[in-house]
Amino acid sequence: MKAERFSEASEREIVELLTRYPTKQAALLPVLWVAEREFGYIAPEVMELVAKRLDVSPAHVYGVVTFYTMYQKEPPAQFHIQVCQTLPCAMMGCDKIIEHLKNKLGIKAGEKTKDGRFKLSTVECLASCGTAPAMRVNETYYENLTEAEVDRLIEGFNK
Amino acid sequence: MERVLTKNFELPESHTLQVYEKTGGYAALKKALGMQPNQIIDEVKNAGLRGRGGAGFPAGMKWSFVPQNTGKPVYLAVNADEGEPGTFKDRAILEKDPHRMIEGVMIASYAIKAKTAYIYIRGEFDLSYHRLEAAVKEAYAKGYAGKNILGSGYDCDLYVHRGAGAYICGEETALLNSLEGNRGYPRIKPPFPAVEGLFKSPTVVNNVETLAAVPYIIENGAAAYKKIGTEKSPGTKLFSVSGPVMRPGIYEVEMGYPMRKFLHEDVGWMRPGKILKAVVPGGSSMPVLTAQEVEEVNLDYESIASKGSLLGSGGMIVIDDSVCMVWALENLAHFYSHESCGQCSPCREGTGWSYKVLRRMLHGESKKEDIELLLDIGQKMAGKTICVLADSLSMPIASYIGKFRDEFEAHVRGDCQRCRKVH
Repeated sequence: MKAERFSEASEREIVELLTRYPTKQAALLPVLWVAEREFGYIAPEVMELVAKRLDVSPAHVYGVVTFYTMYQKEPPAQFHIQVCQTLPCAMMGCDKIIEHLKNKLGIKAGEKTKDGRFKLSTVECLASCGTAPAMRVNETYYENLTEAEVDRLIEGFNK
Repeated sequence: MERVLTKNFELPESHTLQVYEKTGGYAALKKALGMQPNQIIDEVKNAGLRGRGGAGFPAGMKWSFVPQNTGKPVYLAVNADEGEPGTFKDRAILEKDPHRMIEGVMIASYAIKAKTAYIYIRGEFDLSYHRLEAAVKEAYAKGYAGKNILGSGYDCDLYVHRGAGAYICGEETALLNSLEGNRGYPRIKPPFPAVEGLFKSPTVVNNVETLAAVPYIIENGAAAYKKIGTEKSPGTKLFSVSGPVMRPGIYEVEMGYPMRKFLHEDVGWMRPGKILKAVVPGGSSMPVLTAQEVEEVNLDYESIASKGSLLGSGGMIVIDDSVCMVWALENLAHFYSHESCGQCSPCREGTGWSYKVLRRMLHGESKKEDIELLLDIGQKMAGKTICVLADSLSMPIASYIGKFRDEFEAHVRGDCQRCRKVH
């Protein structure tokens, strides 16, 4: 991937973000979000660009990116399905939802479909315990899931 | 009971400034700006408001620890990184009434003389994040934040800082490291954040729910707040209820309310065919209460502590009799081993080791000594680390085995009826 500079729009955002903190490094998490939005995922080249922009070492950026689970480190699927598997969701039947998704998409948890449309992940507590089982697809929560509801959602995504 | 935190939850568009102002919002900030900062701290101290993130530390006292003579700026950091399994109350405030918390943030900032407040919000909370960002913009536009707030001469900036998926950042010093653009590693204390926190400056870290209670206290006075709840646990608390109950969800409860009554009358008890076995009262790290203890306990710090557990975050996980406690504990051990930051060996190794032992126990490959081994690992990792993540697994290990030992023994023998039936 080539990531030599930020777009003008991203650069404007970064300039504003830098006014919020007394150090440049403190803007690292928000700037990584900006970078992910612009480049699609955080490849090593993106880490270097971010490091240069914030005057921190690429190793520091790498350390941060790999600590947090949400930054995409590889080309993302069009729909990233993240099913909660922690106790309240587990008691309310998330295993069935995960099994159903595996069968429907023909992949295991942690895998992407061949066409790159879906990635299935099992994740830890989404703070959706009262509406379990729950999942997050890209940036939206879906709660009180049933197998039929999952079918309906996948059909919608495929349209 | 007068509702302190959730009174606007059912109103349409409750997250907007218009609705918040119409219901009397930001009157407390106006009042606060006419008071001396010390008066505000005293009022919150007198109200007996305790931190609602889980630790229960008196909020006013925390504010009073901030030294004002260091020549360094003072910061307020809001902990909106809710992630303790079973806990979803802060998310509800952020989605349904973000202005109540923002008003609390501005009052607290004025009290501790902070010029900048950061709200550290969990990365997954998309709707909360968008509503909070919108609410902050509205607050700036109306002069509730920024320069010369409501003409008082007091300046304070307010920024939303989004996390990126790490449970440990809910630990206050990990949160500060994350805000500084680092991995979310908890720091050794002392120094405590009040003395040396964000950017090596005095910092107060408060939970969302704690701050959302502040406008009520300032507007109505400490005495009015103390009228609600018990003497030692004043006020109301949010409980988020999950599990196979009739009405899971968020409840604002007067401290001291009987747990049995709460689960029967408010939550509607168990779903048909489900029998209550146990309740985790305050988020997944808290020791479990048996069905018998549920009958005897009230919802306040002291009563729950008298049964060897803790009120914690108010994340109430209701467990029914069909659930195997080995299976439940294995699930939690997976969570804590996944979320251990890896700095301290007892936690990094202990949480993972516990998970492996529980996993083999669950799959009928257990050794006879595994129950003692688990207790031993739990005991040896607790209190030996920089933060309390290790303790957060150690407490359930000790209480699940202590109260439901027969279920662990059944697994060691390889004849758990529940796992055969359910899972």
